[in-house]
Amino acid sequence: MRASFIKTLTEVANDDPRVMLLTGDLGFMAIEPFSEAFPDRFLNIGVAEQNMVGVASGLAEAGFIPFCYSIAPFATLRPYEFIRNGPVHHRLPVRIVGVGGGFEYGTAGPSHHAIEDIAVMRALPGMTVVAPADAPQTVTALRATWDLKGPVYYRIGKDERTVIPGLDARFSLGHAESLRPGEDMLIVTTGSISVEAVAAADLLNAEGVSAGVMTVASIEPAPVDDLVGAMAGVRAVVTLEAHVLAGGLGTLVAEIIAERSLGCRLRRIAVSNGACPHVGSTAHLHQVHGLSANDVIGTARLLLAST
Amino acid sequence: MTAMDCRGGRAIETNVSAADIRRLVLEESKRANVGHIGPALSIADIVAALYDRVLVISSPDDPERDRFVLAKGHAALALYAAFHLRGWISRETLATYCADGTLLGVHPEYMLTGVDFSTGSLGQGLSVGVGMAQAARMQSSTRRVFVLLSDAECNEGSVWEAVMFAAHHRLANLVAIVDLNGQQALGPTAEVLDLSSLAGRWSAFGWDVQEINGHDVDTITATLSGLDTRIGQPHVVIAHTVSGYGVSYMERQFKWHYLPMSDEEYQQALAEARVLG
Repeated sequence: MRASFIKTLTEVANDDPRVMLLTGDLGFMAIEPFSEAFPDRFLNIGVAEQNMVGVASGLAEAGFIPFCYSIAPFATLRPYEFIRNGPVHHRLPVRIVGVGGGFEYGTAGPSHHAIEDIAVMRALPGMTVVAPADAPQTVTALRATWDLKGPVYYRIGKDERTVIPGLDARFSLGHAESLRPGEDMLIVTTGSISVEAVAAADLLNAEGVSAGVMTVASIEPAPVDDLVGAMAGVRAVVTLEAHVLAGGLGTLVAEIIAERSLGCRLRRIAVSNGACPHVGSTAHLHQVHGLSANDVIGTARLLLAST
Repeated sequence: MTAMDCRGGRAIETNVSAADIRRLVLEESKRANVGHIGPALSIADIVAALYDRVLVISSPDDPERDRFVLAKGHAALALYAAFHLRGWISRETLATYCADGTLLGVHPEYMLTGVDFSTGSLGQGLSVGVGMAQAARMQSSTRRVFVLLSDAECNEGSVWEAVMFAAHHRLANLVAIVDLNGQQALGPTAEVLDLSSLAGRWSAFGWDVQEINGHDVDTITATLSGLDTRIGQPHVVIAHTVSGYGVSYMERQFKWHYLPMSDEEYQQALAEARVLG
């Protein structure tokens, strides 16, 4: 996703001289297409994420569209107050690009895992939050949002090759993308872990359960109408996200179910077992935290049996 | 005063004096019954020099105006007073300071005419100023960026992130002014977190450093106007000031970071500030 993101950003920058790329000294083997094509619009700020966002705010005030690139926790949590008081308060077109949503930097350890970013970024008024599920959708999402007036947070992955079946590069701000319809239940997911949701739905359908899948790349603005429409027709909803339970996609779905008085039952699958001291591959950490396709299937069976 | 546009533009008629800023700070602090008087008096002469003779601002919405970021946002009342003296906000508007629904809070809000960036959280203004200066360079503009920090603000690590970046990129069009009054919220800076030698620290980080008396408007003006903002290092002017300057019982008393004035204190403050003016 990050390679596609940078490639597309470079194309956009070719068409618009306002576009800049800032990095907190990260992005080896990823950012070079931009930095080599536009050295005058590329700034390696150094290992200084607060200053990166502050500088971006000053650049945006003068008319630039700066993209601030780092690994997701460093891009969001370290400079959070700078983001809040700068681009959010002043409604400036600063972009925060967080690479490695969830456990994509699995072996790097908890410091590099981005499992609170959706919650804190969607809490900021006026912040658009975009979490694509694969590389083709990343391209479409960036093309649809790069010149929005206010700030944007992009939660992107490292995996360039995995393509989510049925997504076909679709993205529309304020909408969710249906990957397959289902009459019994719906799995709602976001980001690259969408692949686990699709795998779960395949196995459930093989068991005779009609399970639909919807992936939400436009976290904010939330795809309320699309989710209401899809959830109104099923009796069970399971959310799956590589994020903590509080404040993420599951919370968003729960808010919608409650406020729209929908009749479906909900189970949220998210990181809920606290800090995990060990490291490993993304797939391993998904299993450790109960985020695998098998966990979705187990949760879905129990939920359907109780409805 | 007539401010000659050192950037080669036209002269601008101004009438911003430190005495008037002090008087307005005292009047509005008393009317609103709020504190933060000491920090505002500390920067009155710096703000007077900037808005009377240094900053090139043909109008507050001119994209090519010099930028000013009050990183120590808690002294915003001195800034509002200068805006009024420049004719950007009326006396009636100034008299809404801290009233319900006003844009004139204790800290400056960018929606108010004249405020280039909202501040209030210490340690963020210099980074924004760096971005503004970088933008001016990229746009081949001669506009300059001035950022006024408090000395205690230099406790914030983010200040030094910005300091390093500006020096590395040789942002000569960036001028930091440090209001070195030696006071911070709970005591003298020397006792809370010693910053000495502040000049030595900025110099070691690659900035052009000058130390001046921050209550001598002519010296402030001459120093800021004499900087080469076209090429070279970024500049820091360390302005030695006295918190609460001009009101004897407030000077160097950190409680005047917080307290409003009684009626008697107000009359004494006005009288002393008038003598000073």
